[in-house]
Amino acid sequence: MNKIIMLTAALVMVLGLTWGGVALATPQADQAIWQSYYQKRFPNVPKEDFINGVYAIDPVSRESWEAIEEFPPYEMAISQGEKMWNTPFANGKTYRDCFPNGPAIAGKYPYWDKERGMVVTLPLAINECREANGEGPLKYKKGPIADILSYLRYQSRGQLTKVEIPEDDPKALEAYEKGKQFYFARRGQLNFSCANCHVQNPGNLLRSDILSPALGHTTHFPVYRSKWGEIGTLHRRFSGCNKQVRAKPFKVQGEEYRNLEYFLTYMQNGLPLNGPGARK
Amino acid sequence: MIALKTTLAGAVGTALIAACVLALAPGLNAADAPTGNPEAGKEIANDRKLGNCMACHVMPDIESPGNIGPPLIGMQARYPDKEKLRAQIWDATVANPDSSMPPFGKHGILTEQQLNDVLEYIWSL
Ligand code: HEC
Ligand code: HEC
Repeated sequence: MNKIIMLTAALVMVLGLTWGGVALATPQADQAIWQSYYQKRFPNVPKEDFINGVYAIDPVSRESWEAIEEFPPYEMAISQGEKMWNTPFANGKTYRDCFPNGPAIAGKYPYWDKERGMVVTLPLAINECREANGEGPLKYKKGPIADILSYLRYQSRGQLTKVEIPEDDPKALEAYEKGKQFYFARRGQLNFSCANCHVQNPGNLLRSDILSPALGHTTHFPVYRSKWGEIGTLHRRFSGCNKQVRAKPFKVQGEEYRNLEYFLTYMQNGLPLNGPGARK
Repeated sequence: MIALKTTLAGAVGTALIAACVLALAPGLNAADAPTGNPEAGKEIANDRKLGNCMACHVMPDIESPGNIGPPLIGMQARYPDKEKLRAQIWDATVANPDSSMPPFGKHGILTEQQLNDVLEYIWSL
């Protein structure tokens, strides 16, 4: 127990407090500390298994999850998404015209776009493609966006998370630091940071929910959640985790959540993509 | 972020003013401040929208409680000074800056009366 507290303190210090500017840790150092923290806390979990979220650390719920995965509740979404991918827009073009390397392109996102000075996520790129072709944008939390994401991420299964923070652009590092700051900042009437739950308390019970480790948190989205009864996106999850501490959620695909995704995905570098996923 | 801080500062300011007003009210001082009602406190502590203490603590009559914090038992032995117990519920981050326990008083999650009720209940455990 004491060891865990010390490790947590070290992690919060190194990751959480150095953005204050005194001893700025590099993203590489953050990532190494992050990954080894969870591996030390759960020494019996093989690193790659963290992509399975809470099921990596809870053998009891893992069993029913494995049964669910035999008839995946996201299968319809994948085939819906495939249809979208292959159906021409009104102007005769298709998604392939925007993504010539598609559909297995998820490993490329999120990335830093130097020209525009911003983090580009896959859902954002999808809507930009639509709008460039005269189609209306999709809503970002669920529905058709989750369908096409399910298809693209399914096709990308097995690619490794590989987010880059280009060293020749200080604004990329700044976006990363903002995402990190977001992760460790307390907010809402209940005064929680993301780290309070997913860094300090993974494996502990919040009432009857076992909190998942944040190692692997981005690999499997979009996700079918039994609680939602449907598939939702990563930013929908961010928004939900903000709301449950009575904080006002930020705009999905707004700058805050994109930077958060940039930081959080960078922390998972090296882990294979396994979306779409299924969770409680 | 700045907006958040300002709002919080505003909320704290209001609470301080309220506290001063209370302190100035004739004949009211810490010694005979309104005490809580333990039965009401139990309901508040166990209400998911109010105390929700069982999200993190093992407590009497609660099925499948959480375990983020220590079990709330033998409180008088652990907190001979009731004010210290109150302070923990008011704002746990004073004793432990990394605490994941919500600041029930400081952030107005519970009213003064509700907090006193909860205090009385927890004190009885
Ligand atoms: C009060 C506790 C709490 C806070 C604070 C919190 N979460 Fe969560 N989070 C949960 C719970 C409970 C779940 C569902 C069970 C699980 O997987 O941990 C969850 C699930 C998640 C998941 C999905 C995990 C999966 O395997 O599908 C992600 C991603 C996530 N949270 C990110 C965040 C981020 C980012 C923040 C901050 C903006 C945050 N959480 C803040 C409690 C919290
Ligand atoms: C989300 C988690 C959470 C919730 C909800 C919560 N606590 Fe706690 N509590 C903790 C943690 C963690 C500790 C351990 C000390 C610390 O970090 O502050 C703690 C410690 C305490 C202590 C000190 C125990 C000791 O042995 O010193 C008391 C008393 C307490 N909590 C009362 C309450 C009451 C009363 C409520 C509800 C009104 C409540 N807590 C709700 C997380 C929580």
